[in-house]
Amino acid sequence: MSSDSLKATFFAECEDLLDALSAGLGAMADGSADGETVNAIFRAVHSIKGAAGAFALTDLVGFAHKFETVLDLIRSDTLTVDADVLRVITRSGDVLADLVEAAQTESGEIPEAMDALVQSLVTIAQDAVPAAGAAATMDFAPLAFVPLDIGPISVPSSRFAIAFRPERGLFDNGHEPLHLIDALRALGDLKVECDVSAVPPLDQFDPENSYLSWTMELVGPVSEGEVRRIFDFVLGLCDLKIDRLDDASVEDDLPLAEAGQEEATAIGEPAMTGEDRGQGLAPDAPASGKQPRAASAVAAAPPTTLRVDPERVDRLINTVGELIINQAVIAQKMRAMGIPPNAEVIGDLDDYRYLAREIQEGVMAIRAQPVKPLFQRMARIVREAGEATGKTVALVTEGEGTEVDKTLVERLADPLTHMIRNAVDHGIETPEKRLAAGKSATGTVKLSAAHRSGHVEIVITDDGAGLNRERILATAQRKGLVPPDAKLSEAEIDNLLFMPGFSTASTVTNLSGRGVGMDVVKTTITSLGGRVTISSQPGQGSVFTILLPLTLAVLDGMVVTVASETMVLPLSSIVETIRAKPSDFAPIGPNGMLMSVRGSHVPVLSLGGVLGLSDHDFDCERAVFVLIQTDSSEPVALAVDHITDQRQVVIKSLEGNYGSIPGVSAATILGDGKIALIVDTEAVLKMAAPKRSNLHALALETSHDRIAHLG
Amino acid sequence: MTELPIWDENETLEFVSLVAGQQSFCIEITQIREIRRWTPVTSLPYAEASVLGVMNLRGAVIPIMDLAVKLGLPSSEPSERDVVIVVSVNSRTIGLLVESVAEIVTVKGGDIRETPAIARGEGTKSIIGLVSLDEDMSRVLDLSQLLPAQVEEVA
Amino acid sequence: MTSVLAIDDSRTMREMVSRTLSAAGFSVTTAEDGVLGVEAFRKARFAAVITDINMPNMDGFGVIDAIRKGDVNRKVPILVLTTESGAALKERARQARATGWIVKPFDDDALVDVIRRVTGTLPE
Repeated sequence: MSSDSLKATFFAECEDLLDALSAGLGAMADGSADGETVNAIFRAVHSIKGAAGAFALTDLVGFAHKFETVLDLIRSDTLTVDADVLRVITRSGDVLADLVEAAQTESGEIPEAMDALVQSLVTIAQDAVPAAGAAATMDFAPLAFVPLDIGPISVPSSRFAIAFRPERGLFDNGHEPLHLIDALRALGDLKVECDVSAVPPLDQFDPENSYLSWTMELVGPVSEGEVRRIFDFVLGLCDLKIDRLDDASVEDDLPLAEAGQEEATAIGEPAMTGEDRGQGLAPDAPASGKQPRAASAVAAAPPTTLRVDPERVDRLINTVGELIINQAVIAQKMRAMGIPPNAEVIGDLDDYRYLAREIQEGVMAIRAQPVKPLFQRMARIVREAGEATGKTVALVTEGEGTEVDKTLVERLADPLTHMIRNAVDHGIETPEKRLAAGKSATGTVKLSAAHRSGHVEIVITDDGAGLNRERILATAQRKGLVPPDAKLSEAEIDNLLFMPGFSTASTVTNLSGRGVGMDVVKTTITSLGGRVTISSQPGQGSVFTILLPLTLAVLDGMVVTVASETMVLPLSSIVETIRAKPSDFAPIGPNGMLMSVRGSHVPVLSLGGVLGLSDHDFDCERAVFVLIQTDSSEPVALAVDHITDQRQVVIKSLEGNYGSIPGVSAATILGDGKIALIVDTEAVLKMAAPKRSNLHALALETSHDRIAHLG
Repeated sequence: MTELPIWDENETLEFVSLVAGQQSFCIEITQIREIRRWTPVTSLPYAEASVLGVMNLRGAVIPIMDLAVKLGLPSSEPSERDVVIVVSVNSRTIGLLVESVAEIVTVKGGDIRETPAIARGEGTKSIIGLVSLDEDMSRVLDLSQLLPAQVEEVA
Repeated sequence: MTSVLAIDDSRTMREMVSRTLSAAGFSVTTAEDGVLGVEAFRKARFAAVITDINMPNMDGFGVIDAIRKGDVNRKVPILVLTTESGAALKERARQARATGWIVKPFDDDALVDVIRRVTGTLPE
């Protein structure tokens, strides 16, 4: 999944690079090229080659490499560009583009012209540097990466004596001897002695110089090559001597090696703490000598992780969802059979539920990632936003270790970025204003994450000025988002921020006002099955709370009955449920109906009617109304027959065996084993849209009329 | 669907014969996943008339079609006496509501007769051959023709 | 949290390095050429720098030079990211006072291992 998105980045970048390449080649053709043009062309080809290597696109890498060789010769003035060379490199640019396209479409096609061009490129390179001709044709293109073999499980332990004296240059190049020693320590059991005899008296001490040297003894299941690899970067910057000691001597030295054991195997016990190592090993260390030799080798190897196709995990999550539903089905049936709640079998069933939940949590944990990297990115956003606005802002984070579904982490980046920018840009005041208000000059934005009863809660708090409700309302009225005389509660005013086309800043700053509004934030969060709420205290700041499901495989829903069918409405689009009095309704047009909700008139739709399950009428007295609001619409009251439950449901696709259904996003299986459809509220409102917009227009007129009458 | 090269002359085939709309049909046994009793389904909005709704088959959501309606034959309200044949078609799983399942029929490929040209038409395009039973004959169904309209679009 | 600065003019490589290291618990800042890289370097305290060689405005060697001759954190480990391998590269990198090198294409684990080694953050 992530490698796919990386590939997408790669191909997007290739497009840009190929554009730069053809622009450069064009400039060379019409003679307007300068030195930088060739550099830019070279870099474009080089970048494509570099990144293509990561995706093992060998044809592309191979060709780019030969192309690059020739460009490098042009760049270094070894090769003069004549008409012939120009033709070859221009054609090469085309072939490179074809190869990128072939890689993108995975067609595996090799452009026809490639072989001949490769030949020309090689010839050009050879002719340009006759002496080095052979080298130029020799392929030093990167080999596809072969992962380091961690090695067979039972590598016998070896013992090495290492003498290491860094030279000054080692420090100059950014090395730290202690880190090298740490790296050795990770390979096995290490005894370290540091020789300080060369350290001069303090008055002659040059802090830039190196006076220390170390003698070390390493015992572990490693090869000499692995030990030498640690010093790969510092060769030539130190005196280094690595000797492999006779294996036979190992047993004598190490008390851990139990008598009778053929080889010293557990000696490199890597789980030892540094302290233990320093103290030497107790001869009677229990059981460690019996440890199978494989264990020590495995443990000494670098920690490995398991890479699993995300689809497999998703399937597992799905199956576990079934298991939980299955438990609920059995429980319901047993209740129906009249089995008393204290019966033994009920207890067993409880255990079943408990175990199933455990498995579910375990499986979900596979997809879970801490929000930490996400939060860290926000630190940078705060810094940048602070700099851009001339405000001093500190970011405080909490609950960085909170784990959230991987997809959620990825998809939260944009909305969080926007909200954090907003908090700095619109929330936090300038240092002067803050001081004047008796606050510290530095504003604080707090970002916290926590698990709350099956949800993830992310809270963004700022200690700024709070929302300016008067201005928000005025803006919304000016933009025609609310009727000019609407009486809105504070919460309703705050929520205007999420309306499409709303922007509070009277001048659009280049920071938050990039045409992305809070409505987009809300859309994203809603699409993730979450919801976002605001609260604000004038002078004290605002709090934005995002509540998300732990995973995308489940949805918080309200279970309702419509025309004797059970359906699920996503909780994220529900504002509230309403039981109305007959006096709350006013007919409008031949079929329309308006309902008064705290002074504003909301169109009423029969959910069953929209979905074609019943006629469009509903019983004002019997029906229950669910006020829903989606990002693209004003609130609408959906009439349903009953509301039965509010619960999490496992999302089941309908597309696999059937296809898409208008107004339905997916299905779920309820506790009784029956299928309930999950309503796509957005689509339902759109399906009813022509009529609804009329209703809204009428609703506005009605309120005007009423005011007019009163006036 | 017009020619009959689907079966080898000498291949031995097994079909499950069934009754829908008071006519006899048969489905190749390899396409059948299971046969179960009818249980009430969840209706789907905006579905074609033959789609009765969806059913929970051990956690999978599968659409159930009334075979008789799909074939343009008379049908009655589904009842507990009816049977659902769960089949796999083009890697999709659907259930077919039928009146009853009769027997398993073993025939040689060469004994399957072509549908007479005159009988071909819109209502019979899903019939790809005829099999003789004792005194009757049974119509061999091409399941891919039975997929609900929307599924074909998606596929 | 160990911060790493990754300088590369290729968006793909930046993203690749950034993802790999973020997943391993590093905090990664990226810059798209040498000049921006050195600028970023002066603004924060990094435990390591990874830089591409071929870049517009200032190449990787320029970056190393600017950092090593600068006032800030000049002994920071700097790794060069390169498509070349072999002795010539190693010598050139060492001469330029790079701490080490990573050959493209790199393996995720190898990159993490190298960064951990030079920053002294190997897991216990």
